[in-house]
Amino acid sequence: MTINTTPLSESTKNNPDKQNNFVIALAGNPNVGKSTVFNRLTGLKQHTGNWPGKTVIKAEGTFSHRNRHYTLVDLPGTYSLHTSSSDEEVARDFICFSRPDITLVVCDATCLERNLNLVLQILEITSRVVVCVNLLDEAERKGIQVDIAMLARQLGIPAVGTAARSGRGLESLINVLDDMLAGKVAIRPRQLVYDPELERSINKIEKRLAPYLPTWINSRWVALRVLERDFSILEHISNHKNNDFPRQVLKEEVALCLP
Amino acid sequence: MSTINNPGLSVLQEIEPLLPTNTANIKDRIVSGIYQQAESISAQVVKSKNSQYTGLEARLDNILTSRWLGFPIMLLLLTLILWITITGANYPSQLLATGLFWLEEQLTALFLAVNAPAWLTGLLIQGMYRSLAWVVSVMLPPMAIFFPLFTLLEDLGYLPRVAFNMDKLFCRAGAHGKQCLTMCMGFGCNAAGVISCRIIDSPRERLIAILTNTFSICNGRFPTLIALSTIFMGTLVSQAYSSVLATLAVVAIIMTGIATTLLVSSLLSRTLLRGIPSFFVLELPPFRRPQLGQILIRSLLDRTLFVLWRAVVIAAPAGALTWILANSFLGETTVFALIVGWLNPLGQLMGMDGVILIAFLLGLPANEIVLPILIMGYISAGSMLELDSLNALRILLLDHGWTWITALCVMLFSLLHFPCGTTLYTIFKETRSARWTLLSALLPLGLGIVVTLLINQGTQIIMR
Repeated sequence: MTINTTPLSESTKNNPDKQNNFVIALAGNPNVGKSTVFNRLTGLKQHTGNWPGKTVIKAEGTFSHRNRHYTLVDLPGTYSLHTSSSDEEVARDFICFSRPDITLVVCDATCLERNLNLVLQILEITSRVVVCVNLLDEAERKGIQVDIAMLARQLGIPAVGTAARSGRGLESLINVLDDMLAGKVAIRPRQLVYDPELERSINKIEKRLAPYLPTWINSRWVALRVLERDFSILEHISNHKNNDFPRQVLKEEVALCLP
Repeated sequence: MSTINNPGLSVLQEIEPLLPTNTANIKDRIVSGIYQQAESISAQVVKSKNSQYTGLEARLDNILTSRWLGFPIMLLLLTLILWITITGANYPSQLLATGLFWLEEQLTALFLAVNAPAWLTGLLIQGMYRSLAWVVSVMLPPMAIFFPLFTLLEDLGYLPRVAFNMDKLFCRAGAHGKQCLTMCMGFGCNAAGVISCRIIDSPRERLIAILTNTFSICNGRFPTLIALSTIFMGTLVSQAYSSVLATLAVVAIIMTGIATTLLVSSLLSRTLLRGIPSFFVLELPPFRRPQLGQILIRSLLDRTLFVLWRAVVIAAPAGALTWILANSFLGETTVFALIVGWLNPLGQLMGMDGVILIAFLLGLPANEIVLPILIMGYISAGSMLELDSLNALRILLLDHGWTWITALCVMLFSLLHFPCGTTLYTIFKETRSARWTLLSALLPLGLGIVVTLLINQGTQIIMR
């Protein structure tokens, strides 16, 4: 934990607590070292077991870097966001409705393809995503090479390679988070394109829905859910539409945690 | 799929006609769209020299999860860990006891020197300090050996393999395969085990897992089992094999616990919680080289000291309470003796006695303190003696009529009785139902009474 000693800028003087606090959600498949990344970043060193389904509740921790206070929320590990299980629902709802400032998706370098499914699904909800390709050490041992720069180009978002168990790459991961919050990173997130017939339906529904949706939600993503007849998402949104409730509460809680 | 009854969502009436009717097809197309693109990105980003899952790891998995070797290896590892724990804990345990009871003498002398009243000396030293000293000397060494070893297996990635082996058994019992993981978690702490049942999505199967979690011997009960097993089962044979037999007795109790878990799960899924088990995908994570330093530090700090601290915090007041009960008189007898008298007939039927039952009752806050209360009960009930080793404990217990049958019944009752207070509270919070919580206490208790009754009466008949 570092203490802020630099002079406050004009904007932060008015609202010192809110301007400098950022919420980072930690998402990823089970057993990719998410909890290790979490522990390494927050310094909260609980032992992390090597089996899927270990994180059953959202864990929260904080750290500071370059004058910014971060709250890291460790979401349960999921393979997708299809809400077929409560874990997936928790992860989806947090990313969608609590709107973290950045969603950090931790991936397993030894089986990147399966992990990318989740990354692409998260990118449909929010473009404020950073990919962390973890377990690089294990991948190297198995003779697997991951071209991180290429991955970043393909996804249109920042990607960082790490080996969290030894702490490798975490420094640059934090710097990337910082750069993204400072607006120094250009993001052009890759959009998933479906077959033409599906695309036409999506566009039609999106056009109709858009006027009723709050601006913070990705209308294309909502259209996709409606297309799947998952109407519960709309009820969720209508409950959230008028008040900025979860984000506000979260920010206030964060403020309380800080010295 | 939910229907629309929220009036604020009238927009949906507008949209519904636009929707294609074949949703299954649409979901599949959306998913396949995602998969295709993940595949194409991966093809450009990942270069692999050889296929990912070959060689040593695959061979190891084939052995660890093989049909014939899977279970023997599990049993062997469990036995090995417990054997190391039992043999290794003996000496430091005695050393700690000697040190702590030497300190007790010094403290008593100090109290005498400052002319402290007798009740204060009794309450603080014979009541609180002595229970604390017992908790520390009996529990600390086994925990300090057992936890790092268990954590080592966890870190290596062995637990999912165990779940893989056990999946079929749990399915046959009508329960969820992941229940094996929650069961393993219960070996650490039942309250944590109950919370970990959240990884099971179906409410029916989760309830089964919650209700049967107490059949996993938790940290709080391991030291009691290990101590009793060393004292009574170990001395049934010659010195050379005593630790082996003691280990096997503990393994047998654990296996009984697992068998009970399966049996009760099966019973529940046929009666109160009927249904078919849901399917799930269990990923076998890669074997990872454990971080030895981390394991040692974390398992000592997070588990050993945590459990010890909990035991100490609860044992101190419970020790004081026991001392008060044993030293406040109602007419001729003490309150403690009165309660013991009430419970004695039932205890005798179950192969135990009133003091043992009261120890389990007063041990409700935490299983860790059952043994200390037991000792307190016996000591305050008369003969004062120096307890400076496991042998002294053995003599104390023998003096109060213990046989190996008593020890067996206590070990079984330790496995089969109500969960500790923390676990019950956790069960209540997880199920939000007083009735399920009550059942989770009565079910193992009932089983425990029946089993000890049968064992005791059965052996009485055979021995006669």
